Amino acid sequence: MKSTHPLMLPAVVLCLSLASTAALAEKKYDTGASDTEILVGNTAPYSGPASAYQIIATSMAAYFDKVNAEGGVNGRKIKFISLDDGYNPPKTVEQTRKLVEQEKVLFMSGGIGTGSQLAVQKYMNTSKVPQLFVGSGQSRFAQPKEYPWSMGFNPNYATEGLAIGRYIAATKPDAKIAVIVPSDDAGKDYMRGFKEGVANSKRAQIVAEATYSTADATIDSQLTAFKAAGADTFFNECTPKFAAQGIAKAYDIGWKPMMILPTVSSSIASVIKPAGVEKAVGVVAPAYLKDPGSKEWENDKAMQAWRVWMAKYNTKVNPNDPLAVQGYVVAELTLEVIKRAGDNLTRENIMKQASSLKDLQLSLLLPGIQINTTPDDYRIIRKFRFQRFDGSSWQLFGSLVGD
Amino acid sequence: MQMNILAMRPARNRKLLLIQSAFVLTAFVLPLLIAPYQVFQWTLIASYAVALLGLNLLMGYSGQISLGHGAFYAIGAYVSGILIDHYGVPYIWTIPAAAGVGMAFGFLFGLPTVKLENLYLALATFGLAVAVPQLLKYKAFEDWTGGFQGITISKPEVPFGLPITQDQWLYYVSLVVALLMFALVHNLLRGRMGRAIVAVRDHPVAASAMGVNVVVLKALTFGVSAMYLAVAGALSTIAMQYVSPDSFAMFLSITLLVGVVIGGLGTLSGALFGAVLIGFLPNFAEQISKSAPGAVYGFLLIAFLFVMPSGVAGGLKILLSRVFKTNSKHSAISTQETK
Repeated sequence: MKSTHPLMLPAVVLCLSLASTAALAEKKYDTGASDTEILVGNTAPYSGPASAYQIIATSMAAYFDKVNAEGGVNGRKIKFISLDDGYNPPKTVEQTRKLVEQEKVLFMSGGIGTGSQLAVQKYMNTSKVPQLFVGSGQSRFAQPKEYPWSMGFNPNYATEGLAIGRYIAATKPDAKIAVIVPSDDAGKDYMRGFKEGVANSKRAQIVAEATYSTADATIDSQLTAFKAAGADTFFNECTPKFAAQGIAKAYDIGWKPMMILPTVSSSIASVIKPAGVEKAVGVVAPAYLKDPGSKEWENDKAMQAWRVWMAKYNTKVNPNDPLAVQGYVVAELTLEVIKRAGDNLTRENIMKQASSLKDLQLSLLLPGIQINTTPDDYRIIRKFRFQRFDGSSWQLFGSLVGD
Repeated sequence: MQMNILAMRPARNRKLLLIQSAFVLTAFVLPLLIAPYQVFQWTLIASYAVALLGLNLLMGYSGQISLGHGAFYAIGAYVSGILIDHYGVPYIWTIPAAAGVGMAFGFLFGLPTVKLENLYLALATFGLAVAVPQLLKYKAFEDWTGGFQGITISKPEVPFGLPITQDQWLYYVSLVVALLMFALVHNLLRGRMGRAIVAVRDHPVAASAMGVNVVVLKALTFGVSAMYLAVAGALSTIAMQYVSPDSFAMFLSITLLVGVVIGGLGTLSGALFGAVLIGFLPNFAEQISKSAPGAVYGFLLIAFLFVMPSGVAGGLKILLSRVFKTNSKHSAISTQETK
């Protein structure tokens, strides 16, 4: 009987190990990825009632223009295809299906509009296409067990409520709190998180709570009741129109609580000015992005780089528009995920990279805010700094609060 | 006025039937030839076509204006969604259910309002269009409607083991419903009620003198047209497996109005042309201009109205009558076809 050659075993082992490393180094592509380019899809309201938000998508496109001009990522260019959905869910379904089935994008990123993105969530999960960094804080975009292919970017409502509750518990432990939220799912999320945060201080009490419906004309009656209950702290968790009413009414009835707004209603243009700038002095709100209109970042390198980019690639947008910052950050985050995927550009790996970010810092997030995701926790923004309105602009203060 | 088939000459009658059969055949073959998301697009167009048939009945034949028919579309869509999600009703039965609810609501809304003169009727229906999306988000109804988040249902499976995809199946369901609804309104208009509807539009006093109860008839017409919108809404819920208040903003009613006018008021084929327009014009506009698709859309609409003031159907009719005129010896009769 011939025995096997003495070098057979080592040779086989060597071949196997070479083969396995070759397999590891092997490029893997799903539809939408190749040696030369990566297709990323997006829908945004370029027409219709919410068309102001298109700036987020145009800014994302401008960011990828810069990336491509500087050589792309891992030797590949990013082709960002953004289609108009008019903030209309049936249109979002149509355009998303077109992007996935006809344009054959690798994944979708930065989708705008809670209603629109909810409409396609099931489709994206059934088709196993990543629905990344959706511009919504809805809880369904942070539920990896039910919707493993969907990840939101905006702070999750419950998490934001938690941060605000903790802020109150830390800075005003004896607070007598009044809180108003909308009567929908978002409101319930905020309330839940808020109560959990407030519970950090045993002496803090919620003395009055109320809801409102978007069909209501005003929230005046709720505010009068809050004043009567003797509240000295007020979480004004309303959408911009009602938040402005809350600010104005509180001032008008001579009620001066410590008032806190949610991030979505902290715009000077849409909330503070309509309420009346002098009535909003002292109002507090959480923040996570650097505000281009704030003097604080004048000498910040990242902000200066952003301004250079705005002037070169994003010229159609107002140089102080915070939406352009949001678009830039979401695009930067998308780029990071693509970078980390390397040559394994499958949808599964994209999702894996997005859900395993560790201590990631992005240039225009407030210092100290780092992104951490795991397969069990998809929340991108979990920490906030707080800012106070001084009569003309927001001033950051204090340290990070959050989860 | 629609061409009355019975009054036409046999040769013309045959030509029309030929065209219609060719169209139906194409409609049946289409989903087997196009991409899945395009099948989805055409499924929605079938839903819009049913909606426009209903709106056309009201505006073209009955001469009543409505700026709020989107509300009935929403009602039908939610009836379907709620029945499927809360009660596990098979999706196919939600279509007649939506029809019934739509008819009831339409009739009840119509009874007090049809006495109003056109402009005031328009405002009343406008009020409906504005109110409904907000009501859909109202907290008292939230347990039913899902509030802001809306209702998601699962995609219907293909039954009987047919060798087609889910998208194709949903298309065929919508197509068959659309054809049935087309036949229904066609028969309605040919019959007594149809003649009464048109008589009430053109000469209400004379019609009343002849024994037609004008108010009840107009309200019934309102009800039937609302029924069509509700069926269309149910079809859209089934096609998208999602229904939410955002889909039924004021703009939907305006879009339907656009579709029915551009398609061709007072013609049934206009419903199809209008539906195709509603479905594809926004995409076309977007390809022309990314940053201002609304402006392009508006411009195209105005252009359409200039070139074809009686809608696409009217424009085609003029074209066809010219073609037939050169073929026919009895050109005097063919020019009798009005509008």
